[in-house]
Amino acid sequence: MAVEQSDAQLVSRCREGDAGAWNEFVERFSRYVYAICTRGFRLAQHDAEDVFQEVFARAYERLADLRSDDAVRPWLAQLTRRLCIDRLRLQARDAPSDSEPGERELDDVLTTLDDAMDVRSALDKVGDPCREVLDRFFCRDESYQTIGEALDIPAGTIASRISRCLEKLRVEFDGRRGASRPS
Amino acid sequence: MNVFDEEQIGRLLRLLPPAPVGWVRAAQELPAARATLDELVARAEQDAAFRLQLQADLERAVAAAGYEPSSYVVSRLRQLLKAD
Repeated sequence: MAVEQSDAQLVSRCREGDAGAWNEFVERFSRYVYAICTRGFRLAQHDAEDVFQEVFARAYERLADLRSDDAVRPWLAQLTRRLCIDRLRLQARDAPSDSEPGERELDDVLTTLDDAMDVRSALDKVGDPCREVLDRFFCRDESYQTIGEALDIPAGTIASRISRCLEKLRVEFDGRRGASRPS
Repeated sequence: MNVFDEEQIGRLLRLLPPAPVGWVRAAQELPAARATLDELVARAEQDAAFRLQLQADLERAVAAAGYEPSSYVVSRLRQLLKAD
């Protein structure tokens, strides 16, 4: 299994100026920020790109102000949410529309994305080769053939690998859930 | 944390596709861009002619000074010049 660093540990390394930590930080949260922009707010790609860059620019500039290193994910979610709303309101000023999603709808999307991030975190712990296979199939939407060619494994065995890896991931995820449950 | 079966776990994984590679790379280059910004700001504070060049054509002045006019550097410099 891969050695996994907590969000708080990663933030702490970023703050200390560790050269590789910021790369890891962006790598860890880029999907989350991207999903909030495109799934939560359904921003067009060019708007999503501007918001995405601004979120990480502000995160880089303000990481030192974060009150609790453990709270980095909700902090990023809030920052992304605010910048997406600003972007939609700016657009609405030029061309009024009702494209801003409702609070409740947004809360639901963010809750689901948080669950997805928890699964993602468990996937990082499971590590390769399962991480690679599941990421290619579910996140990158690659075919069995493409995965087989990329990883040099028979395409006919991909389905069973996915099934085994999903089971492994579920066990890891359940273990975390058990560990985080109050005793 | 909620309880999920394998099918639900698969569905959740699908919700987090990778962000475009170029976006991620640009965000990862922020520390270098920040260092560039600090150097340009210091130079603009000391060199009135350079400051005028920035005000006239920001991107060209940044490039002429030998720096990459990344969107981060340009947007933050624009904000600083506007605030003055």
